[in-house]
Amino acid sequence: MTFTAEAAKAAFPDEVVTHAKTRLIKVPGLTKKVALITLDNGHDHTRPNTFGPQGLVSLNAALDEAFAAEPAAIAVTGKPFIFAVGADLSGVEAVSDPELAREIAQTGHDVFRRLTESSIPTFGFVNGAVMGGGLELALSCHYRTLSENTAAIAFPEVFLGLFPGWGGTQLLPNLIGADAAVTVIIENALAQNKMLTVKQTAELGIVDAVFGSADYLEQSLLWLARVVNGEIKPERREIDRGSAWDAAIARAKSIVDGRTHGASPGATKAVELLELARENDLDRGYAAETDGLAELLMSDVLRAGLYSFNLVNKRAKRPAGAPDKSLARKVNKVGIVGAGLMASQLALLFVRRLKVPVVLTDVDQERVDKGVGSVHAEIDKLLAKKRLSPDAANRLKALVTGSLDKAAFSDADFVIEAVFEELGVKQQVFAELEQHVKPEAILATNTSSLSITAMASKLQHPERVVGFHFFNPVAVLPLLEIVRGEQTDDASLATAFSVGKQLKKSSVLVKDASAFVVNRLLLRFLGEVLVTVDEGTPFDVADKALEPLGLPMTPLTLMQLVGPAIALHVGETLHESFPDRFTVSENLAKFVKAGKKGVWIWDARGNASADPEVVELWTQGDRPSTSEQVRDRALSAIAEEIRIMLDEGVVAEAQDIDLCLILGAGWPFWNGGITPYLDRSGVSERVNGKPFLAPGVASVPAS
Amino acid sequence: MAAPATPLAPTARGVRNVAFVEGVRTPFGKAGDKGMYAGTRADDLVVNAIRELLRRHPELPPERVDEVAIAATTQTGDQGLTIGRTAALLAGLPKSVPGFAIDRMCAGAMTAVTTAASGIGFGAYDIAIAGGVEHMGRHPMGEGVDPNPRIIADKLVDPTALVMGQTAENLHDRFPAITKQRTDAYAARSQERYAEAVKTGKIGPELVPVATRSAELGWGLATEDEPPRPGTTVEQLANLKTPFRPFGRITAGNAAGLNDGATASILADEETARELGLPVAMRLVGYSFAGVEPEVMGIGPVPATEKLFKRTGLSIDDIGLFEINEAFAVQVLAFLDHFGIDDEDPRVNQWGGAIACGHPLASSGVRLMTQLARQFAERPDVRYGMTTMCIGIGMGGTVIWENPAFEGAK
Repeated sequence: MTFTAEAAKAAFPDEVVTHAKTRLIKVPGLTKKVALITLDNGHDHTRPNTFGPQGLVSLNAALDEAFAAEPAAIAVTGKPFIFAVGADLSGVEAVSDPELAREIAQTGHDVFRRLTESSIPTFGFVNGAVMGGGLELALSCHYRTLSENTAAIAFPEVFLGLFPGWGGTQLLPNLIGADAAVTVIIENALAQNKMLTVKQTAELGIVDAVFGSADYLEQSLLWLARVVNGEIKPERREIDRGSAWDAAIARAKSIVDGRTHGASPGATKAVELLELARENDLDRGYAAETDGLAELLMSDVLRAGLYSFNLVNKRAKRPAGAPDKSLARKVNKVGIVGAGLMASQLALLFVRRLKVPVVLTDVDQERVDKGVGSVHAEIDKLLAKKRLSPDAANRLKALVTGSLDKAAFSDADFVIEAVFEELGVKQQVFAELEQHVKPEAILATNTSSLSITAMASKLQHPERVVGFHFFNPVAVLPLLEIVRGEQTDDASLATAFSVGKQLKKSSVLVKDASAFVVNRLLLRFLGEVLVTVDEGTPFDVADKALEPLGLPMTPLTLMQLVGPAIALHVGETLHESFPDRFTVSENLAKFVKAGKKGVWIWDARGNASADPEVVELWTQGDRPSTSEQVRDRALSAIAEEIRIMLDEGVVAEAQDIDLCLILGAGWPFWNGGITPYLDRSGVSERVNGKPFLAPGVASVPAS
Repeated sequence: MAAPATPLAPTARGVRNVAFVEGVRTPFGKAGDKGMYAGTRADDLVVNAIRELLRRHPELPPERVDEVAIAATTQTGDQGLTIGRTAALLAGLPKSVPGFAIDRMCAGAMTAVTTAASGIGFGAYDIAIAGGVEHMGRHPMGEGVDPNPRIIADKLVDPTALVMGQTAENLHDRFPAITKQRTDAYAARSQERYAEAVKTGKIGPELVPVATRSAELGWGLATEDEPPRPGTTVEQLANLKTPFRPFGRITAGNAAGLNDGATASILADEETARELGLPVAMRLVGYSFAGVEPEVMGIGPVPATEKLFKRTGLSIDDIGLFEINEAFAVQVLAFLDHFGIDDEDPRVNQWGGAIACGHPLASSGVRLMTQLARQFAERPDVRYGMTTMCIGIGMGGTVIWENPAFEGAK
């Protein structure tokens, strides 16, 4: 223990301190008292318990008090609904001194380890949310119980670009086996921070007993008495430190390679530490965790992960530039123009979230019936998976109807079109809609690239038109780009944000500029890669050049997923707006015309090779680039484009760009979207003469 | 099917026999900010008790519970929302199990038992859970009351009737033979008997530990009653203030305090109990409630008991054990004097009473029954026992129970 109370306070003066309070209590069945330590930061469950320097000092003092009383047992529990959710991340962000980083890493180990090495039995009573350092605290105890209503159980560290560094990598594999530990620490974390259920947690052996929430603490204490009295001996599984451990580490490596391509040092380190844990030597293991943590805490890569965490958890909840939400109007009925695939997806989303009537229209009855039928079929699928009750399914199906007559929209408050991507067609649809809808009904468009202002220009009430750009698949991707046209008024925009929130999407306000944010950047990026191919770079060299960024898929695979025709269309729109920077590859046009869907074909063993027909039709030059050159050009292009977008005011700040890329394109969390990477690698400076973010925003602050 | 008309012979009960299977309770706490339950919800107290019953009786399939009757005097906030139903849901009983809330002030839990038992006797239920809760810290007596002005205008009751301490002073006026010395001596004995019962383990097995929470101290665990003052002497009691009248007789020492706590019990048709393997701790003989002048509500147990004797054909001499609620010592002594029982009779409240352990209004009736049931098990020589209590707004309630362990008089 290296911190004094004063030093802890000086290290992080703004810490919301989780106080640990020791109380000696009588428990039936035990003669000696039990020292029960409560963790409580004095706030309700919306501000969970976390550990900063002062919290660790408080826990250490509570342990002093507990040990001094020579109790029958020591138990640690949380405040209602919350055990502890780990280190205080805002504290970590403030750390600029390497010595302090090491002290934080070391102190966590020193304090938690007292519970592990205690000769008095120690118990973690996990009464609610338990993540990261909270889970490490529980694992440091000899025994654990879990409340049946616990909502959040995870090691999210690797997701954030970190690794569980207060004992997690050493304790967990030695408790539940290396393979299960890889699932919890690596696999779940890299699967968008997937949480464990209570059932899984018990099955994996992370906890010894699960008790109902109604009398969780009472039953945990009575169970404690029986363990202390030797009536219950919690089982510990046999750990295979040989081939099973090898296999687990190999699996961990393959997951980390697949997801991060080695670009996240936290994930790589986690695998290394899990390997080391095989020795089950806490001295060595903890020393390695401390070293690794001290180094990682001072790295800009980790700060980028924390930056992402703040973007998604804070900025996304209060969209920059959104009007006052009190201006929003209620939406009690939704109209959808078009009954195709996109329209059906939108209908399902709106009806599930808003639970109001949703009317689909299209040009003929057959298409309308098909559209409504496909929404009903999706609802039935949810029913079959028990994601909806029969009553709820009946309710939703009854809400989704179709009509050939747009008069069905006369009492709708929000109508969204999902028709063919052509300005003239959309203008015509809106003009027709205006004959039927109320003057204040919102007219929204799901266009991915066209001008909202132009679409609204011929209307009597252009102020009600907003862009409402979803990402495919609509039900999955959390981003919604909300586009303000030149004449869009605040009430309409506020209504759009309110609907976005009800749809459980993270909305970002975007200016009416071609292709908005995500598509514009992806296309600029893809365009640059295609140019290098046109020049003569082999497909595989060009496509793999960006692997070090750890993107969810390569540019050409992304094009395949989006559909080359759509990519071409958006590319053409962008070319019209910005002919200097967005080129339209003639090869791509040929490729689309030939009806090709993708460059890559896969053999039975999953090996990819370029489709020979594509190679045949693609006219390549004789100026091939190396992968470094391709990467350099692509990153330069993206840095340039982002700077231009910020100068044009497409979004409020670089943070919004990163938020869009994380939520709309699935760019890695631990990379901070892209601008922290561009700043860190010097691309921003080279291309634009300045970084996107001030020092400390997504990097280690100056000390 | 109708039960035969009165009078009933002691052996001729209703259509079906009603068994008291087991009762449990939370430790009782002192009401107020410093009490151990200051940070604990009322519904959580009773939910704890119901869950303990289900844990103690795994032979009872939860879906066989036909009714959950929970009493509370102040049915608002965490004691509102039809607490019998919400407590059933919160306790994890199947949603198919119904529940209701019931109120007869101090005799809430007693009425929950008699009402549910009537349903069993009549054949409407096989199994019921009955109990009560009162968190007087969160819900002080009189919270939110709005007495009809006609109560005063029409002189329906004396204005003192709504203040329980004043009704107890009024009782002293009516029975001058009950002196303050007698009540203080009775109170000291209650403390002494209670302390002895705790020491010998008579009181304790029926308690359900309850987690408590305090912002300053963190979580704790309530495992024993908070109100008792062991070692209380008559001399100490003599010097206490008399808050209801200058130079009065009622003090904090010879009355039950203001308390928090909950009770619950399983009631069963006796045949169903045997089918499921549930123990039969007591068999219901009969019950009666009677009204008295509200300003002397403490006398209520006397007419209630007389009425019940008439209905059952039993007499005071048939009763081998008494559990009488000690809202005030004067009210217990009024009952004993009426029936010619000595102040120190060992059959009466042999483990002490509410003066020691507390009286969380609507929960107390089941505490009396729980203790009587445990005493029956120890006393196969006793055939009949009585639980009785006085009730605010001028009532009394009495329930007579038969001991299934009775082996014949010794």
